[in-house]
Amino acid sequence: MEEIVNLFHGFATVLQPFNILVMIVGIMLGVVIGVLPGLGGANGVAILLPLTFSMSPTSAIIMLSCIYWGALFGGAITSVLFNIPGEPWSVATTFDGHPMAQKGKAGEALTAAFTSSFVGALFAVIMITLVAPLVAKFALQFGPAEKFAVFFIAFCSFIGMGKEPPFKTIVAMMIGFALASVGLDSITGQLRLTFGFTELLNGFDFLIAVIGLFGIGEILLTMEEGLNFRGKSAKINAKVVWETWKDLPRYWATSLRSCLIGVWMGISPAGATPASFMSYGIAKRMSKQGKNFGKGEIEGVVAPETAAHAAGTAALLPMLSLGVPGSPTAAVLLGGLLIWGLQPGPLLFVEQKEFVWGLIASMYLGNLVGLLVVLTCVPLFAAILRIPFSIIAPVILVLCAIGAYTVHNNTFDVVMMMVFGVAGYVMKKCNYPMAPLVLAIVLGDKAEEAFRQSLLGSQGSLGVFFSNGLVGTIMTLGLIALFWPLISNGWARMTSRTPRTAT
Amino acid sequence: MSEHSSGVEPRGPSHRWTELGVGIFCILLGVITIIGSMKVGIGWGPEGPKSGFFPFYIGVIIICASLVNCAQLLMEKDDGQLFSEWGQLGQVLCVLVPTTVYALLIPYLGIYVASFILIALFMKWLGKYPWTTAIIVAFGTPFALYMFFEKWFLIPLPKGPLEELLGL
Repeated sequence: MEEIVNLFHGFATVLQPFNILVMIVGIMLGVVIGVLPGLGGANGVAILLPLTFSMSPTSAIIMLSCIYWGALFGGAITSVLFNIPGEPWSVATTFDGHPMAQKGKAGEALTAAFTSSFVGALFAVIMITLVAPLVAKFALQFGPAEKFAVFFIAFCSFIGMGKEPPFKTIVAMMIGFALASVGLDSITGQLRLTFGFTELLNGFDFLIAVIGLFGIGEILLTMEEGLNFRGKSAKINAKVVWETWKDLPRYWATSLRSCLIGVWMGISPAGATPASFMSYGIAKRMSKQGKNFGKGEIEGVVAPETAAHAAGTAALLPMLSLGVPGSPTAAVLLGGLLIWGLQPGPLLFVEQKEFVWGLIASMYLGNLVGLLVVLTCVPLFAAILRIPFSIIAPVILVLCAIGAYTVHNNTFDVVMMMVFGVAGYVMKKCNYPMAPLVLAIVLGDKAEEAFRQSLLGSQGSLGVFFSNGLVGTIMTLGLIALFWPLISNGWARMTSRTPRTAT
Repeated sequence: MSEHSSGVEPRGPSHRWTELGVGIFCILLGVITIIGSMKVGIGWGPEGPKSGFFPFYIGVIIICASLVNCAQLLMEKDDGQLFSEWGQLGQVLCVLVPTTVYALLIPYLGIYVASFILIALFMKWLGKYPWTTAIIVAFGTPFALYMFFEKWFLIPLPKGPLEELLGL
C-alpha cells in the first residue's frame, strides 16, 4: 500500500495554501478558456504555459492540469446554453442539453452535465491511481524496440479508430513526423531539412503548432460561420441542484458504461471527442427512453459528458506512465514537463514521487473544486459569451501571439503561428485531423530515436519488433488497432448476414 | 489554398477542387521531405541509419497516402459542394490579413503598440464600434497584459521604439 501513502503525501502537497490558490485560479482560467471560441484546452494550456516557468514544477502542473479540467467543464456551459460546443468533445452534449435549455430546464441540464463530468473524471482518476504505478513499473523494463512499439500502437489507434478518413489521418500524422525531423538530428548531430533557412535550425516547436492550428484556425472558422450568440439564461440554485442530484442515480448504468468507454478511449489516443459520441450513441440504443434522445433527455447529457471527462482525464495515464500523451492537451502538458526539466516516462514514478502524486492528488481535488466553481459561477461565465465576438476575437489573437512569442522569445514564431493557423483552417475544412499532427510533432524525435536504436541493435532487420513476446504483442495490438475498421467490418459480416459498414 | 472554381457554382470555390489542391500540396511536402532527406543521406552509415533514413520513408508515406486521397476524391462524383462562399472567405480574410500584418509588425513596433493597432482597427472596422470604445479596449488590453506578464510573472514581451521612449 505504498501508493496510498504516496497519495496522501500528494494531498498534503496540494493542500498547501499557494497550491490551492493556484488550483482555483487554474480552474477559473480554464472555464473561461473553455467558454471562449478559439481558445480550447490544448492551445489555452499552451498559451499559459510560460506563466508557470517561474513556479515549482508541482505548482505548475497543478495549475496547468486545473486549466485543463476547467476547460472540460466550460465546454458544457456553451453547449447547453448557446448550442455552441466550446470544445469538440461537447458537441454530443448539445444534442440533448440545448433542447433541455429551450424547455426551461437549463439548470437541470447544467447540473447533470457538471455532475457527470465530475463522476467521469473521478472514475478515471481512481483508475490512474491504481493502474499508473503498475504500468510505469512494467514500462521500466522497456528497451528501444518496446518503446517504439508503444508509439506505434498510439499512432495506429489514431488511424484505425479516428472518425476522419484513415488516409487523411496518415497524411496529417506523417506531415507531423516530417516537421518533427526538421533541424538538428539528435543522434548524428547533423542538420537536415532546413534548406539553408537559419530560422529552421531548431525545428518546429509543437506549442507554436498547437496555438496556430487550434487557436488561429478556430478563429478563422468562427469568422466564416459568422457567429450570433443567442443564449438561454440559466438559473442554478440549490434546489435545482438537489432535485437533479436525486434524479441522477437512476442513470447509474449509463454512467458506468460511459466511464468505461471514456477511460478506454482516453488511454488509446482516440480521445475525448469520439468517446463522447460513442457513449451517446450506445446510451441511445440501450436506454428505454432512447427514442426521446435529441429532444431533451437528461440521460443524453449524462452519457457524453461522463465519457468526455473520463477520456480527458484518462489521457494523462499514458502521458505519466509511458511518456506517450493520449490527447493534444496531454501533449502540451508533456511539453511542460520537458521545459521544467522533468523527463516524462516511467522513471517519473521513481525519481519525482512528489511531482507525480501531487498531480494525481490535484486531479481529485481539482475536479471537486471545479464542480463547486462551475455550479456557483455559471451566470458569470455565460456573461462572457455575451461579449461580442468583434471584441473577443482581436483579444484572443493578441493572446495567441503572446503565447507563441513567449515559447522561445522569438518573433519569427508568431509568423509561424499564422502559417499553422491557415493550415489548421484548411485542414479542418477538408476533414484532416489535427490531433495526430500535433502528437507526431511532439513524439517524432522520440519515436525516431527508438526506431533507429532498435534497428541499430538488429543491424537493420525489422524482425526486432517481433523478436520477443512483449514487443511482438504490443506490435500486434498496434496492427489490430490499425486495421480495426476492416476487422470490425469483417466481424459484422460474419456474425450477421446483412453486411453493414463499420461505424 | 487552391482557389479553382468549378465553373458550375459561381458563388465560391468548389470543395472538390480545393481538396484536390490540398492533396497536391501534401504531395509537394512529401517530395520536399524526400529531397531534404536525400541530401543528408538515406542509407546506412558507420553509426547506423543516416539522418535522412527516417524522414525519407515518412516522405514516401506522405506521397502514397496523398495519392490515395486524391484518387478517392476523383473517383467520387462531384456533389457540387462548396468549400466556402466568397462572402465567407472575405470574412476570413478580414481577420487573416490584419493578423498577418500584425505578426509581421511585432518585431518593429513591439507587441504592445501592434496589439493596440490591431484591436482598435478590428473593433472599428469589423465591429463598427465608436472610436472611444475601440480605443478604451485597445488601450486596456495591452496595459492589462503588461501588468500581468512583465510585472507579476516577470516575462518580458517584445518592445518597440515607443516603450524605449517611455523608458519601460
